[in-house]
Amino acid sequence: MINVLKSGFHSIIQDFGRMGYQEFGVPYSGVMDRKAASFANALLGNDEETAVLEMTMTGGFFQFYTKTYIAISGADMSPMLNNQPIQINKLIAVNSNDILSFGKLNTGFRSYLAVLGGFKTESVLGSKSMYQNITKRFKVLKNDDLFYDEASILTDLKHASVRFDTSYLNSKYLEVFKGPEFDLLSDNQKTKLLSHSFTISKNNNRMAYQLDEAVQNDLKPIITSAVLPGTVQLTPSGNLIILMRDCQTTGGYPRIFHLKENSINVLAQKYTGQSIEFKLQ
Amino acid sequence: MAFKLTYKPYGERAILIEWPQVIDTAILIDILDFKDKIRISSIKSIIELKSTYSSLLIIYNEYVINFKDEIASIDKIYSSNKIVVKNKAVLWYIPVCYEAVFGLDLELISKDNNITTRDIIEHHSNAIYTVYFIGFLPGFLYLGGLDESLNIPRKATPRLHVKKGSVAIGGNQTGVYPNESPGGWNIIGNTPINFFDISKEQPCFANPGDQIKFYPINLKAYQDIKTLVEASVYQLESEVNHD
Repeated sequence: MINVLKSGFHSIIQDFGRMGYQEFGVPYSGVMDRKAASFANALLGNDEETAVLEMTMTGGFFQFYTKTYIAISGADMSPMLNNQPIQINKLIAVNSNDILSFGKLNTGFRSYLAVLGGFKTESVLGSKSMYQNITKRFKVLKNDDLFYDEASILTDLKHASVRFDTSYLNSKYLEVFKGPEFDLLSDNQKTKLLSHSFTISKNNNRMAYQLDEAVQNDLKPIITSAVLPGTVQLTPSGNLIILMRDCQTTGGYPRIFHLKENSINVLAQKYTGQSIEFKLQ
Repeated sequence: MAFKLTYKPYGERAILIEWPQVIDTAILIDILDFKDKIRISSIKSIIELKSTYSSLLIIYNEYVINFKDEIASIDKIYSSNKIVVKNKAVLWYIPVCYEAVFGLDLELISKDNNITTRDIIEHHSNAIYTVYFIGFLPGFLYLGGLDESLNIPRKATPRLHVKKGSVAIGGNQTGVYPNESPGGWNIIGNTPINFFDISKEQPCFANPGDQIKFYPINLKAYQDIKTLVEASVYQLESEVNHD
């Protein structure tokens, strides 16, 4: 068991999300950066979609009450075990009473803590991903206990030396496909969208990332239709909204782009004020 | 009926099928028919079928390598004569308390649309609404069939907290907030019924193609029903629609 001494800015348990309930209006949810979460799980020999702790911007302080192995991937938040710096993207043994803490954010925005066998938190509609009105808990709070199975000694450490390519954390390019309404855009709009960089606005969260710069727009709203994580919407006032993992299942704004899956991971590691550019596939 | 459909790749693992962009029950029936035909074709790589007013999104659990071929084989299913055993459409009766304690915007609608509060309630509860699809929030039904006299624009500034169960009007649509959430629709009443219940295998009782009829209840009945709903013993009134 882990006891949460401090939760950090926004910490949440996530797996790969809730599949098969979109027709009841249930969002997918799931880890924002699948690449990082999968890697942390892979280091431990877990399935890639195993539930992990996602920490955004600042990490927490956690006391372990059972020995286990952990791996941390994604953003580098200067993790320490009992006040000694530890490496990310490495398998790490943890003993009873050890305290894991996080400090300065160096790269990226979201960090993932995986434990051997995964967290044994509440599962609803086939997923442990926390989401308001679906799971009882929708945030990890101070004093929470997070359960996992006690580990026996790991004998098979073959994953321990795998390298993780972190270059995507610094990439500013979002690779996109044409969205269903792309062809309705004027040439001027296309040029503007594909040859300028855009700034991440302060409205960015698990539901959507909005961009600061507006694009002149007279496209009308569409009849409410399907959207997915990665859909880029253009509002009547010309604002761009990139939908993320917790997005609603349907929407009424024109869908001009759709992010390649890896670009959702890239964007998940961005924060307010950073810039991005769209690259059409 | 066969419509002219367009097929578009949607990202790496989805195909969007579009009908003419209008809200029409003939289109709804055609979409649900196609959805059923795809469902009984049991294509293993399909994990989700999501329908809206005039589109159907097919979501795969793997990358679609060749969209052209996949679209061709899906279109074959559309024109096939597969016989689908349909779930009968159900008409659900939903109790609503339209009293002032819940109907926060009744007076506003009365003034703006020049209609009495009594007529608002009567027109709203006399109509039979069609469930087009579920979206926006878990268990939020998109309903068609609102009386034109009740058409009123969404609020310029949404409320930060709309109560669970609020029955509301936004433009030419009416709906029920399945949980507390922010919302810009005009609130006319509240229902004690749960529109989204994670303890049920099917978390929302209604399906696209079903129908909804609201009926007025007083505050006392509202509280009685709410008690039964909370004890999980309340049975929704419904009838199977034999067309």
